[in-house]
Amino acid sequence: MSFSGPSYPYSEMPANPFNGFTEYGIGIGLRIPHYQHIFEHQPVVDWFEIISENFMADGGRPMAVLDQILERYRVVQHGVSMYFGSAEKLNRDHLRRLKTLVKRTKTPWVTDHLCWGSVDGRYSHDLLPMPYTFEAARITARKVREARDFLEVPIAVENVSSYAEFHVSQMTEWEFLNEVVERADCGILLDVNNIYVSSRNHNFDPYTYLDSVAPERVAQIHIAGHSKFEKYILDTHDHPVIDPVWKLYSHAIRRIGPTATLLEWDDHIPSFDEVHREARKAGRYLPASCEIPTPVPVEAAL
Amino acid sequence: MKLLELQRRMAADLMRPLTARDNLSPKSKAGEYITPNDRLTSRERLEIYSRSYWYRILDSLYDDFPGLRAIIGDEAFHRLSRAYLAAYPSESYTMRNLGHALESWLRPRRQYTAGQHALALDMVRLEWAHIVAFDGPSAKPMGPEDLLELGPALRMTVQPYITLLDLHYAVDDLRIAVSRKTDLHETASNAVTAPKHRAGKRRTIPRAKAKIHLAVHRFEDVVYYRRLEPESFRILTALRCGESIGQAIERGFEGSLLSADDYQAGIAQWFAVWAELGWLCKPPS
Repeated sequence: MSFSGPSYPYSEMPANPFNGFTEYGIGIGLRIPHYQHIFEHQPVVDWFEIISENFMADGGRPMAVLDQILERYRVVQHGVSMYFGSAEKLNRDHLRRLKTLVKRTKTPWVTDHLCWGSVDGRYSHDLLPMPYTFEAARITARKVREARDFLEVPIAVENVSSYAEFHVSQMTEWEFLNEVVERADCGILLDVNNIYVSSRNHNFDPYTYLDSVAPERVAQIHIAGHSKFEKYILDTHDHPVIDPVWKLYSHAIRRIGPTATLLEWDDHIPSFDEVHREARKAGRYLPASCEIPTPVPVEAAL
Repeated sequence: MKLLELQRRMAADLMRPLTARDNLSPKSKAGEYITPNDRLTSRERLEIYSRSYWYRILDSLYDDFPGLRAIIGDEAFHRLSRAYLAAYPSESYTMRNLGHALESWLRPRRQYTAGQHALALDMVRLEWAHIVAFDGPSAKPMGPEDLLELGPALRMTVQPYITLLDLHYAVDDLRIAVSRKTDLHETASNAVTAPKHRAGKRRTIPRAKAKIHLAVHRFEDVVYYRRLEPESFRILTALRCGESIGQAIERGFEGSLLSADDYQAGIAQWFAVWAELGWLCKPPS
């Protein structure tokens, strides 16, 4: 499979206000099983995505690891517990911790999910689906704005995989996404695997979804693998990306232009090289001028 | 239905304990707010989330308390975890804090510790201390130069990431013997997790002849268990309680079997080691 859309020279890459006008290329998630490899071999990686919450500790090894990574690599923060869609107010203590981390990492943009996960101070530690209502869009957008103003960094919201829909919904998921990002004037972290998973779980056309997303708001793209069960698909991040998802990615790139892309692999994590190789397959869909060079150890490159 | 009401109902339903066969609680009323589709009922759709919630928090506790698991066995640990997490659902953005109330919850509940109650409690205290030492906050340590002006009225305290424990069992040795996959608490992004395989032999150790005094601390970002003399343990405990150096040193000697000369020599040595390890810091203003 090769890139068959229009050619995008670097100057036309969709660096936009929502990713801090950066051109970050292809990254991978920073995960514990790879620490030793990264520190020993110092592979060339365009950027690492970190899970913010893993580094919002008060001290100790997590912060030491992060500082080592920051010495050599660009890092983008991805959160899992801001819960923009929860009806309750933003947690100010959480925001303060997040801002401390933002200053430490100098992340050009911050992402979290278009979901809810806590209510009345109790946390599900999950990315729960939104009811697609105007009330929910209004509340969510207000919280995204508040967070952006507090953190002083662009925010992009990620569409989640979902397994349930609500009687009260008034619009489709992509209409809800657009409603939120327009009201909040924020970016989109477009997860094409999540679109695929939800399309299979809820019987919609993933290309209709993709074609409805405002391309100028896409700050970043996620790709990942998933697990198929008899009656539904689960977003498990424990497999390589399947061809239908690569096709969706290709379609997204043709529509949006080459965009900072991140492979997620969170369970049954293979070697660093295997994960990096899988991520770099995204380069097949970029025009030649944007392809990423083969990674080599730093010592060899000097 | 308003957003807040929907979220309250769904959270209550999915956080309700699963049945013995890991099915959604029959009390959950998913059909009132979740639509079915051509393959799944409303209940089956909510069940995906309920299982995910329980598997996620059960696995987090499973990873954080390997020593307790080794003592009471995996089945008892699973029963204990379900009961504890039903009583203490997460109130933090991080699952790192899930076990914060386990000791106080477990203390009056002997039915969960498989006849090893005192040993299990000692291990729970150690394992929570381990979590605190791993990523707890630190203050600027007082170095040897700060201790030059040591006087009886000076106040100092112990680093907040250090826990001082007096134990009836050598759970430090047992905990080290129990293999642990990783010491890092990591959150995956939005991946759904499967429950971990549960198997293993139960471990036990005899009660120690005398109390064991332990500091659970970290040095260069690695967690260590350091046994302390009773006198030095009493000094550190007094310093943490806000007593002055002079008062703490008096406390240390109370009930000591050491001669006054040996105690004096010990004090010099202990403070030198604590300064080297960065254990001492100024009390919060």
